[in-house]
This record gives sequence, structure tokens and C-alpha cells, in this order.
Amino acid sequence: MTTDDGRRTTNHGRRTTDDRPQTTNYGRQAVRAGWGVAPTFEPNLPRRKVMGMVWEGVALLAILLGIAMLLTLLVKVFLDGLPYLRPQLFTEFPSRFPDKAGLRSALQGSIWLMVLTALLSFPLGVGAGIYLEEFAPKNALTRFIEINVANLAGVPSIIYGLLGLGLFVRGLGLGRSLLAGVLTMMLVILPVIIVSTREALRAVPASIREAALALGASRWEMVRDHVLVYSMGGILTGMILALSRAIGETAPLITIGALTYIAFDLRGPLDIFTVLPIQIFNWVSMPQEAFHRLAAAGIIVLLALLLTMNALAIWLRNRLQRRW
Amino acid sequence: MEQPALEIRNLNIYYGHFLAIKGVNLSIPRHQITAIIGPSGVGKSTLLRAINRMNELVPGCRTEGEILFDGMNIYDPRVDPVEVRRRIGMVFQKPNPFPKSIYENIAWGLRINGFRGSRAQMDEAVEGALRAAALWDEVKDKLHQSGLSLSGGQQQRLCIARVVALQPEVILLDEPASALDPIATLKIEELMRELKRDYTLVIVTHNMQQAARVSDYTAMMMLTGEGERSGTVIEFGPTKTIFTNPRDKRTEDYVTGRFG
Amino acid sequence: MTRKAFEQQLRELLGKMLVLGSMVEQALMESTEALWKRDLEASRRVVERDREINDRRFALEALTIGLIATQQPVAGDLRLLAAVLEIAGELERIGDYAKGIAIINLRMGDTFQPSVPAEVTIMSQKAADMLHRALIALVNKDVEAARAIPQEDEEIDAFYLRIYWDLMGQIIRDPSLIERVNWLLWAAHNLERAADRVTNICERTVYAITGEMTEMDATWDELERENSGLLQPRSPF
Repeated sequence: MTTDDGRRTTNHGRRTTDDRPQTTNYGRQAVRAGWGVAPTFEPNLPRRKVMGMVWEGVALLAILLGIAMLLTLLVKVFLDGLPYLRPQLFTEFPSRFPDKAGLRSALQGSIWLMVLTALLSFPLGVGAGIYLEEFAPKNALTRFIEINVANLAGVPSIIYGLLGLGLFVRGLGLGRSLLAGVLTMMLVILPVIIVSTREALRAVPASIREAALALGASRWEMVRDHVLVYSMGGILTGMILALSRAIGETAPLITIGALTYIAFDLRGPLDIFTVLPIQIFNWVSMPQEAFHRLAAAGIIVLLALLLTMNALAIWLRNRLQRRW
Repeated sequence: MEQPALEIRNLNIYYGHFLAIKGVNLSIPRHQITAIIGPSGVGKSTLLRAINRMNELVPGCRTEGEILFDGMNIYDPRVDPVEVRRRIGMVFQKPNPFPKSIYENIAWGLRINGFRGSRAQMDEAVEGALRAAALWDEVKDKLHQSGLSLSGGQQQRLCIARVVALQPEVILLDEPASALDPIATLKIEELMRELKRDYTLVIVTHNMQQAARVSDYTAMMMLTGEGERSGTVIEFGPTKTIFTNPRDKRTEDYVTGRFG
Repeated sequence: MTRKAFEQQLRELLGKMLVLGSMVEQALMESTEALWKRDLEASRRVVERDREINDRRFALEALTIGLIATQQPVAGDLRLLAAVLEIAGELERIGDYAKGIAIINLRMGDTFQPSVPAEVTIMSQKAADMLHRALIALVNKDVEAARAIPQEDEEIDAFYLRIYWDLMGQIIRDPSLIERVNWLLWAAHNLERAADRVTNICERTVYAITGEMTEMDATWDELERENSGLLQPRSPF
């Protein structure tokens, strides 16, 4: 065969598709001028495409596996629990008889716990985050505190349970009350709130801060009117995510003595209490099949609560961001 | 010759152990535009920020020497930097209006500085500031729209209005037009010439033609020597002189582009 | 060292200025030599070549303005370009002086009366040499040379005086020559004016290099001396 500048050459049996080495224009000129070997490129596109698809497939498989496992759980839970998803679930107290058992006390406990924990930990956590990020001098002490806060976020929650037992239940004499539970849960989620608050504050561009300070604002005025406003969405999101975690915590509450069998309405913060995860755990441990189904129903309720809280977080964040 | 607006004496600025600005002595003339020029990294912005004590926001920054303003050294321990910054305002390189309405951008500054007056008086003050920044006609119908909805040049003029609303005596501008297109740049330069009547302006700029066009006085900054990393002012004089017949050879080399 | 392209353009500009300068020097010397030798053909050539001198002057100015517009020169560069603009004009005027001398020669025609003093050629060579050195001083940024050259104007003045008295003598001997002698005086005067232009060029050069604007013309004392010498006729005998 003849190439286009007239030299005769064979194809050596190669397929004439785009895997033939492609010479560049100056390559051909160089060769014609007698300067030596032309630089060639071997793009090898088909192979690269195949490799790309393989890796995409692997990644897709990974996520499909995860989703599949989640779906399996959800479907099983729904199938098991749906028959028991009836008004009695919410109006009845726990009982030895599955047909008469309900989540009334556990639901009350969970909701009260969440609300009170939120009310207490928001000012403390957000305040601490603001102080550490905006006002604390950048010295060794501050760094020490920062490192420890980050570490505390990873401490197993049962340790907080032990702390709560010693400090609140016995030390402050609160007994196994809701208040002790609230204070203990507050300790659990405080490091998370502090860290996420700081992240949200750090996302505020330095230019806004500089502009505010250059106009003769004090540090606090700058934080109050610009930084907080700009970052509130992020702070609230972090807050609600922390609460979502808290709603599922069982170990610290068991440690401080939340009971599993409460057959009366919650009367006040100093009353004994129980929460949804504990109730669910209790039912799962029972031998009867019916209680397992009740537990599944409880899981559905817990998931619903979780989804509601997250939806609230998203709504709040959007509402606050719409202003800009 | 009027009394200078600012007198900088023996200014040294340290970041930790690093001496960034060494031995600067400078008199900024009142109601004139003074440009600070020099190669990158020599410390022009650092010097500018020393004038309204913005350097203190950087941890580890230490300032020695004095800057006299209205008879008082602004670095005197008794002086509150917050008060200095109301009277010496600053406009930044990248326009940074607050993510609030145009009205609020200006009203906020007024409020935190203790503006006492009715709503009508506040409206007047906002209008006055926007007029002074040559922005009023363009935004008078959309005062409650976000400041971020304006074009780059308009945003910068909003930032200038924000500063002017507080009736400062000195306005510092850190490369105010470098993020803007040429038309917006020329508008800002026109605005600066008008502002000169009521305020003293100090501008840092990389653009020598801009410094030549717009300033009355120019301060040339350079590193103190070969291999040195501290910057200082090597020449100061009327802009026309700096650009037709500078005294220092280093200034000549810089403005003719033979260096840096 | 940045701005290589600009430096290159400046060198080319100065080169063109030197070319114009050497054309003008040549015109000066050729026109006076033709006058002395009564070579009418050579004078005609000088007149024709003046057109090219004018064209080159405008080209030089256009090039300079172009550089000012496109390169935003300041300080030393700006002063240099301003000097070149001014010098282009001065060179063209010196060229016109040379043309004037050539025209005088043509008007004189074939006669050998009056005789042209030999000093005229020496004077023009001196003036051309001063011009040459003045332009070189600009190119080399040689301030001392630029300051020194105007002082040689005294020699030019001395030549002029001798030529003047020579021509006066000719009139006294033969009053009918007065018209032509007048023309010759005018030619000598042109040469003296050419040297004054060189002084201007030197002033511009000093300004370009140092930024000082100084007058380097003859001082008042010298003027008085000169005037008193001319106004009170001395006997040539």
C-alpha cells in the first residue's frame, strides 16, 4: 500500500482502525527532511474506554450493594412491622401481651429527650463553637482545647453514660430521671455540635469579615450581624444532624438507668423514663414472634422520626438561605 | 501647604520575627490622592493596612513606630482601633458587599457606629452616600435588592458608598480597580478625583499608568537591599516628578519597566 | 532586564535619527563646498535631496509618536523621546539652512565675483562636526560632551567675524558687488544659525539625560562683547 506522501509500505497485517500509530504532521515533514524518526502517538482509545467502563462498573456495584442491603432491611422491617402500625402502637403502654403493647411511654420519652437536649445543647454548643472560632486567642491553650473537643466527638457514647451515672445520677442526685438523661445526651452531642458550628463559621468568607471590621465594627458586632447570619444554615444543619444521632443512642441511657418498662405517662423532667431504641431492644429480646414484629413497627416509627427531623433541617436551611 | 492628614514615623512592622516593613517615614497630604507603588511582595498592602490598624487581625503582627492622625498616635494603647476604622475607611481589592440589600449595606455601618436619627434621616444618609459614590441613579429603584446583584464595578462603588456614609477623613483603597474591567476602572478613577475634595485618599496599585493618571503624590516602595525581604519607601514626591524625573535610580528602573 | 522589544525599538529610532543627522551634515558641507567651488550642479543636488530630509524628518516624528502611544514611556524614556521629537525638527531646519546656501549659489550663477572666503568651508565642516558629536552624545548618554559642545560656538562666531570682515573688505573695494556680498553674508549667517541649532540639540540632550532644562546659549556678557565688536567697525587694515 502507499501512504499519502508516496512511500510504499505494507501494513504488516495490522487492522487499519485507529489503533494504527498516528504520525503527526511535523513528524512526516521531519522524516521527509531526513531528520530521523517521526514522533508517534499510540492513542489506544478502545482499551482506555473499556478500562473506564470497568471502573465505573465497579463503583456502581459498590453502591448497588450498599443500597441493596439497606433496601433489604427496610423491606423486611416494613413487611414485619406494618400489621402492628395501628393507633394502639401510639396509645398503649408496654405490656406482657403483644396485642396490648404500645410505644406510648417510649415515644414520650424520646420526644421529650430530644426537645430538652436540643434546648440545652444549642446555646452551649453553638456558643462554645463561636467562642473557639471567633474570639479565643490563638495560643497553646486554645489549640489544646480544640484537639480535645475533636477527640471527644469520637469517644464511645457508653463512656458518657458512665460519666452521667457518676455526675448526674449520683453526684447531683438526679436519680434515673429524664433530666439526667438529657444532660448525659447533651454531653454526647456537644463535641459534634461544636465542631460543626466551627466548620460553618469557617465557611464565611474572610472578605465579609474584613469589610465589617473595616467599617468600625467590634468583633462581636461583626459575628452577630454577618458571620452568624451567613452561617446559621450550616449551624442548624449540624445541630439537627447531631440530634438525629442522639435519637438512636441507647448505651448511655441504659447506663444511667433508663428503664425498659414504663407503664405511665411522663410527668416531668425528674421522672423516670424510657426511649424508643431501648423499647425496641427490649421487644427484640423477647421470645415471642409477635414482639419481634412490634419491634419492627417501632423501628418504622423511629425511622419516621429521624426522617422528619432531617426534613426539618433541610427546610430550615433552605429557608435561611433564601434570603441571599 | 495644609497640615498633612497622616504622618507616619519610623514605622516597623513585624510578622513574628520577620520584619516586613522597615523604617518608613511618610507624610500623607490632606485632600490629595497619594499612590503607593512598588513590585509585588514589597509590602504595599501591609503599609496601607497599618494605617487603619487592620494588620492587627493577623496573629503575630507587631507594629513599632507612630502614625499621627489628627494629632494623636493611632497606635497609642489608649486608642481603640474600632474608632480609628470609622475615621479611616478602607475599600478592598475584590468588591465585598454584604449579602444584604443595597440599603442595608450602608445602613448597617451607620447603625453600629451609633447613627441617631429617624428613618427619614437614615434614608437621606443612604442616598447621600450613594450619590457621593456616583451610584444613586443606577440603584435608586432597587435599594432593597441584594447588593450582590450588582455588576462588579457597581459593587465596588457600593463598597465606597458604605465607607463614605460614615464620613471618614481618610479613605484607603487597596487596588480598588484591579478586579474590574477597563470601563469600570475609569469610573472608579473619576470617582476618586471627586472624592478628593472632601477626603484624603491613599491608594495601593500595581498599575503604574493608573497611579500616574489618578494620583497627586506617589510613594515608591522597594526592598531595602539585595537579598533583603523588608520593604521601605525609597522615594516620595509629586506624581509628575516621579514619572518624568525621579531622583532614585531604582524608582526610574521600576517606572520604566526595566525592573520587576 | 525587561522591555527588550522597547529597547530594540529605541535603538532603531536613534539609528534613524543618526541617519537623518548624517544626511544633514552632508548637505551642510556639500552646499558650502559647492558655493566655494561655484559648482552649480552640486547645489542643485543639495536642493533636491532636501526633500528626502523633510520626508525622513516626518517619518522620524511619526515613529516617535507611535512609540509614545504604544509603550507608555515615563521618566528617562519619555524625556528621550521628547528630545528626539525636538531634534528631528532642529535637524530639518539645519537642512533648510543648507538648502538656502545652495540656492544662494544657484542665484550667484557663474561669476567669480565676489570671491567666497575659504573660511566658509572650514566653518561648515566645524558646524557639521559639532552636529555629529552632539547626536552621538545623545545616543551615548554623554552629558559632559553635550555640555562641552555649545562652548565651541565661540569658534563658529570667530569664523563668522572673519568672513564678515573679508566680505566687507570686498564691498569697500568694489561697491557694485554689494548685492552678491549680501547673499554671501546670508549664507555665512545660515552656518552660524546651524551651529546655534546644534546648541539647542545639546540642551535637549542634557535634559533627556539629567532632567535639567538649561539655557546654553551665549551669556549676556558674550552678547555684549559680540555686539560691541560688530557695531563699532574696526578697520581691517
